[in-house]
Amino acid sequence: MEKTWNNKAWFFVLPVLLLVAFSAVIPLMTVVNYSVQDTFGNNEFFWAGTDWFTELLGSARFHDALIRNLVFSAIILAIEVPLGILVALAMPKKGIWVSVCLVLMALPLLIPWNVVGTIWQVFGRTDIGLLGYSMRALGIDYNYVQDPIDAWVTVIVMDVWHWTSLVVLLCYAGLVSIPDAYYQAAKIDGASRWAVFRYIQLPKMGRVLLIAVLLRFMDSFMIYTEPFVVTGGGPGNSTTFLSIDLVKMAVGQFDLGPAAAMSLVYFLIILLLSWVFYTVMENAGRDRAVKETAE
Amino acid sequence: MARIRLDHIRHAYSPELAKAGNYALREVDHAFEDGGAYALLGPSGCGKTTLLNIISGLLTPSEGQVRFDDRDVTTLSPEARNIAQVFQFPVIYDTMTVRENLAFPLRNRKVPQAEIARRVDDMLKRLRLETRADRKARGLTADEKQKISLGRGLVRSDVNAILFDEPLTVIDPHMKWQLRSELKELHREFAMTMIYVTHDQTEALTFADKVVVMYDGEVVQIGTPEELFERPKHTFVGYFIGSPGMNVLPCEMDGDAVVVAGHRLALAGGRANTASGARIELGIRPEFVRVVERGGGLPAEIEKVEDVGSERIVRARLGGLPVSAIVAEGQPLPADAALAFEPGALNLYADSRLVERTGGRA
Repeated sequence: MEKTWNNKAWFFVLPVLLLVAFSAVIPLMTVVNYSVQDTFGNNEFFWAGTDWFTELLGSARFHDALIRNLVFSAIILAIEVPLGILVALAMPKKGIWVSVCLVLMALPLLIPWNVVGTIWQVFGRTDIGLLGYSMRALGIDYNYVQDPIDAWVTVIVMDVWHWTSLVVLLCYAGLVSIPDAYYQAAKIDGASRWAVFRYIQLPKMGRVLLIAVLLRFMDSFMIYTEPFVVTGGGPGNSTTFLSIDLVKMAVGQFDLGPAAAMSLVYFLIILLLSWVFYTVMENAGRDRAVKETAE
Repeated sequence: MARIRLDHIRHAYSPELAKAGNYALREVDHAFEDGGAYALLGPSGCGKTTLLNIISGLLTPSEGQVRFDDRDVTTLSPEARNIAQVFQFPVIYDTMTVRENLAFPLRNRKVPQAEIARRVDDMLKRLRLETRADRKARGLTADEKQKISLGRGLVRSDVNAILFDEPLTVIDPHMKWQLRSELKELHREFAMTMIYVTHDQTEALTFADKVVVMYDGEVVQIGTPEELFERPKHTFVGYFIGSPGMNVLPCEMDGDAVVVAGHRLALAGGRANTASGARIELGIRPEFVRVVERGGGLPAEIEKVEDVGSERIVRARLGGLPVSAIVAEGQPLPADAALAFEPGALNLYADSRLVERTGGRA
């Protein structure tokens, strides 16, 4: 059969290209454009070259925000992943309590970010908040407005409250997909509770845990709304994470050039770290597959 | 190893169901002799898996006792009973190698390292998995995985019985034969009590010395494959085993003879003692029905002929009743046909149960 050669197929790709262009490429290129120029408004631009980037990479303010954010993500993952697994393990697998638990678990996820922030902002206040007031009444010196440690604890507890559910739901989905026969076989093999977790439950949760870690890492690294509502980045700069810093720079100070440079660097860091996470965790699985096919 | 005695076992999945008389297992009273190969055969939902789980200890029966030798184990857990079980879908520990999989039950029981190594090596050889020993178990084929789950039971020296819950369901057809014969070989070698649940008659008849046929929560017959074929004790056994199954024809008693579709048929053997009012049926296997010229038997219409390669299955109608017959390849079929039943192969059933006749069968 004679094949017809023409370029009609491009018309089918065109809508997607347009969509991607307007939703991603053009906005991104605008940011790139800003990042190499200086502007004072009035559409006046002055070429700045890589100045903003060198300035940013050498600035202590950026370093501090980056380290703060990395520490925050590490703490979040260290708490939410094990806690999520534990809660998922403790959840019932059958009966009416399943739906009750699932609804309870899903609730925090349904609340808008700024509402979560407001809830905790009020909850932690020492004059009218239940938490803050009770802590005071118990004689514990708690004040997230003035004490950086208290501010951190509040932000972390809030994030754990808000997002552990996501890890729980993902792990739970992995757990319920394990057929009963596995548990029965383990019982027959005389396996301990720990062995059941280590050799049956954990391997079956592997894939969803990878997704959970990735999602939680990216989200926590981009966190903005909740700490902004609760602490506004303070006291001082103690809870000023990267995105809060970025907004301060772009909106507060109207430094569009440096802010654009920071956006790009920030974007690249997230992309890089996510890729590293994914590759490392995927490799744990692929090593096994390679060994299997090698023989 | 032990003799497994099921003492008047009944089981319902909830007290409400029991009260309503809705038992998944109506009553089973039977012993599995030490070292025997048994099959539990029956259609889906007949209670065979329930019975298996009661033996293994995954379920506690509502009524009755389970005894291993003379020990009452009714309330004991599977591990306390020292039972091994092979499930429908192969259960292997994904992250472990084949060797570690086999060592797992021994390690959990704190068997000394040297002993574990010796027994696992031995088992790898017997299962013909030596070349796979240090591979991760999850990359193996379904039949190899199933062998590993079996191996985890065989490797233990203290196992009382090995139970199989439809173990060949996910195995490729061409591997089924091989795995089944390997199973049979392992049974001979280890002389362990093995109980094999299946709904596939070929599997049951080739694996087991004794087949326990279950139907609707009850054991309807226990016997060798030969007994099940020749003297089905229940019409269900008759048509469940055999291909095609036994012809079951409603009939009436008339002295020493029966009347089928208006035709009198003399019974070989002695007089049948049937209670009056019982539903009487005549059973005859298609293998013992001959298709002859009209006049040589009961006149019948041939509806269709199915060629299955080695022989032909003739579907006929005797009056209004469907009757199957197996006819040799190449034998001519008369246009005006009649069916002749081999007298010695006729079985009489009252209310679905075989009527024992005085004088017995020829």
